[in-house]
Amino acid sequence: MIRGWLSEVDLGARIGIVVLVLFAVLTLVGPALSPYGETQVIGGAWDAPSAANWLGTDRIGRDMATRILFGARMTAMLALAAALGAFLIGCTLGIAAAVAGGWIDLVATRIVDAVMAFPSLILALIVLSVLGTSIPVLVAVMAVLASTVVFRLARAVAADINAMEYVEIARLRGEGMGWFLFREILPNAAPTLIAEFGLRFVNAAIFISSLSFLGLGIQPPFADLGGMVRDNAMAITFGRIAPLLPAIALAILAIAVNLVVDAVLKRNANLDLR
Amino acid sequence: MPLTGLVFKRLLSGLATLLIVSAMVFAGTELLPGDVAEAILGQQATPQAVAAIRAELDLDRPALARYWDWLSGCLTGDLGRSLANGREVTDLIAGRLGRSFLLAGLAALIAIPLAVGLGLIAALYEDRLTDKGISATTLALVSMPEFLVGYLLLYVFAVKLGWLPALSRLTDTMSVLDTLRALALPCITLALVVSAHTMRLTRAAVLSVMTQPYIEMAELKGATRRRIIFRHALPNVLSTVLNIVLLTLAYLVVGVVVVEAVFNYSGMGKLMVDAVAKRDVPLVQACGLIFASVYVTLNVSADILAILANPRRRRPK
Repeated sequence: MIRGWLSEVDLGARIGIVVLVLFAVLTLVGPALSPYGETQVIGGAWDAPSAANWLGTDRIGRDMATRILFGARMTAMLALAAALGAFLIGCTLGIAAAVAGGWIDLVATRIVDAVMAFPSLILALIVLSVLGTSIPVLVAVMAVLASTVVFRLARAVAADINAMEYVEIARLRGEGMGWFLFREILPNAAPTLIAEFGLRFVNAAIFISSLSFLGLGIQPPFADLGGMVRDNAMAITFGRIAPLLPAIALAILAIAVNLVVDAVLKRNANLDLR
Repeated sequence: MPLTGLVFKRLLSGLATLLIVSAMVFAGTELLPGDVAEAILGQQATPQAVAAIRAELDLDRPALARYWDWLSGCLTGDLGRSLANGREVTDLIAGRLGRSFLLAGLAALIAIPLAVGLGLIAALYEDRLTDKGISATTLALVSMPEFLVGYLLLYVFAVKLGWLPALSRLTDTMSVLDTLRALALPCITLALVVSAHTMRLTRAAVLSVMTQPYIEMAELKGATRRRIIFRHALPNVLSTVLNIVLLTLAYLVVGVVVVEAVFNYSGMGKLMVDAVAKRDVPLVQACGLIFASVYVTLNVSADILAILANPRRRRPK
């Protein structure tokens, strides 16, 4: 059955799914398989790749491949947490606003507009300058900032579907709010929401890596992809590609998710709900 | 509603947004849980140090009064003093702002024609090899963090080929040519990252118009695809494209933060990041306000241009 489904999606999405599965397996199992520890020093600074260190070593002689596995896991988990948080906040408020309407809708929309008038990286920098950069703060800031986009989408989708005939029929049948949310609106909004979840996840992964790269995200000794780029940035002037490796790992993750998202959106557009 | 009235209304709401944004910048640093002074100094702060910071930031007065002082100060060009080195924030920002605008402006000159052109070409040859090639490249670029694009370019053009300098330090005695050489890598990085977004949006905007009935009509009467896109579709997507262009500029303004860090370019982005690391609240506030104001101004301009370019937008829905 999975095979039949896979043959229906386009090549890009198939590549994306395979890469994502590989990424998940590697980051979940990989660190356990690696002969080295996350912070174990095993060689000189920026040793070239060898049989023992497939991707060479980092600034203070830790195994690069091992660090990337740990770092990718850290980045992906934080991004996942942020995306889940954003969806929890955004979907709940967005769908509630669309179904409730009236002044609740108006107030919620205005607040979201105000936050969205602000470039999110700048807002995050301002908040982090006071709250400091602990992991819960980082995840919370990212979740709240990303929830604005999710709110708008969830509200628009819910309002769209809310105006459709089958929903009107349910309303005439006298169904309650819970029925609307879970039986009428959510199933029909699912493809759009899944695609959006992918986008929020990628954005959060790049966002947190950018903050770490700026020195304002995850703090050492923990490895995360952005922090590793910052840590090894000097190597590039010596002609070593050490800082490129964690950045490439991040890009591979992002490209894979974007490929799948594109396919979901395209498929959904072809269905044409209207 | 007459056109001027609509534009005026949008301007007013833009001003209101600016006011809200300034309040958010202030509230972001002042009204967060806990005491700013203690947050700045950390847990081990001595009471004397906390008291000194409280006095410096005037924390004993009500927040609303301090907000008013701060805002009127900003409007008259007095942004306060840096906590880290006691210098006037205005002096710290003065040189940096121009450099960031120079960087973003040059990047825009490359990015906008490139992105809109590629977007049109991709739409023109939809689903053909050209489109697939362009779309795949931009998808990859959109997925790449700015620092990856930056370091890749730096590795190839500065380290391996040695054509361009790796560090983009500008000095006053530099010739125009040297300045351009120093700016080349950060500019191209910014332009690539941003034009990927813009190109995808342009392509989507053109293709969404292509599903309209009047396009089908043009097809049925036998117009070529080129003619349909340039004569029938383009005038109708013009306002959307203008919007996309200005949103791109807004994105550029924020994009400078990471790119400046990659190339060690001393602009506003680097100033703000350093200020955040040092928890220099007045400097962070000033930088945040400037970034946000430019961003809001560009967004409002995008809306006004869209109203001017598209008669249908003039009628309220």
